[in-house]
Amino acid sequence: MPKTSESPLPRIVIEGVQKTYTLRHSHSFKESFVARLRRKRTSTSFTALDDVTVTVHEGEAIALIGYNGSGKSTLLKLVSGVLRPDAGRVLTRGRVAGLIEVGAGFHPDLSGRENVYLNAAILGMAKEEIDARFDEIVEFSEIGEFIDTEVKHYSSGMFVRLAFAVAIHTELDILLVDEVLAVGDAPFREKCNAKIRELVAMGKTLFIVTHDLGMVSEICNRGLVLRQGELIFDGAMPEAIAALKGSR
Amino acid sequence: MDVNAFTVPGAGRGILDVVKYRYLLRLLIRKGILTRYHGSVLGWVWSYVKPAAQFAVFYVVMGLFLNLTKGIESYPIYLFSGIVVINLFNEAFGNATRSIVSNKALVKKIYLPRELFPIADVFIALVHFLPQLSILLVVCLFVGWVPTPLGLVGALLAVFIVAVLATGLGLLFGSINVAYRDAQNVVELILLFATWTSPVLYSWTMVRDQAPAWLFDLYMANPLTSAVELFHTAFWFPTTSEAAERPESLWLFTLIGLVIAVLCLVAGQLVFRRLEGRFAQDL
Ligand SMILES: Nc1ncnc2c1ncn2[C@@H]1O[C@H](COP(=O)(O)OP(=O)(O)OP(=O)(O)O)[C@@H](O)[C@H]1O
Ligand SMILES: [Mg+2]
Repeated sequence: MPKTSESPLPRIVIEGVQKTYTLRHSHSFKESFVARLRRKRTSTSFTALDDVTVTVHEGEAIALIGYNGSGKSTLLKLVSGVLRPDAGRVLTRGRVAGLIEVGAGFHPDLSGRENVYLNAAILGMAKEEIDARFDEIVEFSEIGEFIDTEVKHYSSGMFVRLAFAVAIHTELDILLVDEVLAVGDAPFREKCNAKIRELVAMGKTLFIVTHDLGMVSEICNRGLVLRQGELIFDGAMPEAIAALKGSR
Repeated sequence: MDVNAFTVPGAGRGILDVVKYRYLLRLLIRKGILTRYHGSVLGWVWSYVKPAAQFAVFYVVMGLFLNLTKGIESYPIYLFSGIVVINLFNEAFGNATRSIVSNKALVKKIYLPRELFPIADVFIALVHFLPQLSILLVVCLFVGWVPTPLGLVGALLAVFIVAVLATGLGLLFGSINVAYRDAQNVVELILLFATWTSPVLYSWTMVRDQAPAWLFDLYMANPLTSAVELFHTAFWFPTTSEAAERPESLWLFTLIGLVIAVLCLVAGQLVFRRLEGRFAQDL
């Protein structure tokens, strides 16, 4: 691939990455021991990602699409550092904020306000940064007076809005999003799309996993298609969707 | 390509990274404290009621009814000042062991130095230790306790030893607990023994008089033994006629206990780092 000399370093480098899950069938010493005595297999392995290579540059908005179980979440978790590759390597440059599934860091018994602080700190923000952006976050989420209500009384849409608002207001270079956007209502989704486009325009890197092909073809400028752990397409969005449809 | 500009996601520096995340640590501790008594009317009052009741039981049952003083002067205070140390250890170690599993949702979805969770639990245990300590202080002052500077330094050191030990063991068993929930049960057994393998209910002289010398040295090298004895020195001893025998080389054994606690921390961290790579997929 020819590159101009002034092109900056990539944001994410994924090189020959493989991820194999071992499913252990026992969760106690005794079961493992008995199984070993009887020479039964104590585990089976499953390759969720096989030899995936992708390089992502600044300002790219990537849509990672594929059918259920194709390894999308696994790839995103490798980029965020939650999982480690079994072969190959993953490198990132800059601050990574991951929004992997709905509000992972939220505690139901704490108020929205406390959860904003907790979640923002989980995403790596310092107290001063959170203080400075708190009002913006609440405004974006449109939670209003519910901010001091315990999060367990929120509707699932409100929950996601707050979680998304926190993530999107963190100081970040790379934003990872996994299936979060689908829950909000139409106006909020429109607002999120606008915010995401704004981030892309600012040169941030986006990595979005979703089944909502309509949304993704609007905001993403590159599509990756996974099928059973293999990267079968990497290129422009419309072709990516065609490749996905043909992959079944 | 210049690899130095990049970071490998998920490769932290373990416990050292906790310093970088100290604000999050503070919030996690706060969360643990705020949600502890969630939905209870009396809330924090329980943290005072429980140790107070514990003391009352010792005082009435052991001291007055059964007369089980074992020749120990002001036996209820002796008991109580030792048992708060064990309570601290049990709570810190027990919760730290379960911390990775109970923070599953986070461990599986977001990368953080996972050491934060057991460490936060140890701090939460320290916060819950304060009500017990204050009950102990009230009781001691009530019977005319006069603190000595050296005694108080010793008590602080004891708390430090217990916290370091609980963190180390919590990291060790907490990381094993992810794949094998048996670890949790092993820890419960250890905690059961902790009360009996340190001079909480009886006097250290009984071990000295009855056990062989090597066993006695082993017994004294237990970091919990020195922590309990340091508490006895600080709180119980000054409330007595000061005729009771005290362990001779308590400071030496304190040093040994401290070294053992630090070694546990190092070992715990090493095992934790080895197993950490599999946490997200095993949970
Ligand atoms: N922790 C795990 N242990 C074992 N196998 C796993 C684990 N996580 C995922 N897998 C397996 O890896 C494969 C890929 O899973 P992944 O979650 O990456 O799929 P996905 O593309 O995100 O699917 P979806 O569209 O349903 O979210 C699946 O077959 C799944 O069963
Ligand atoms: Mg998924």
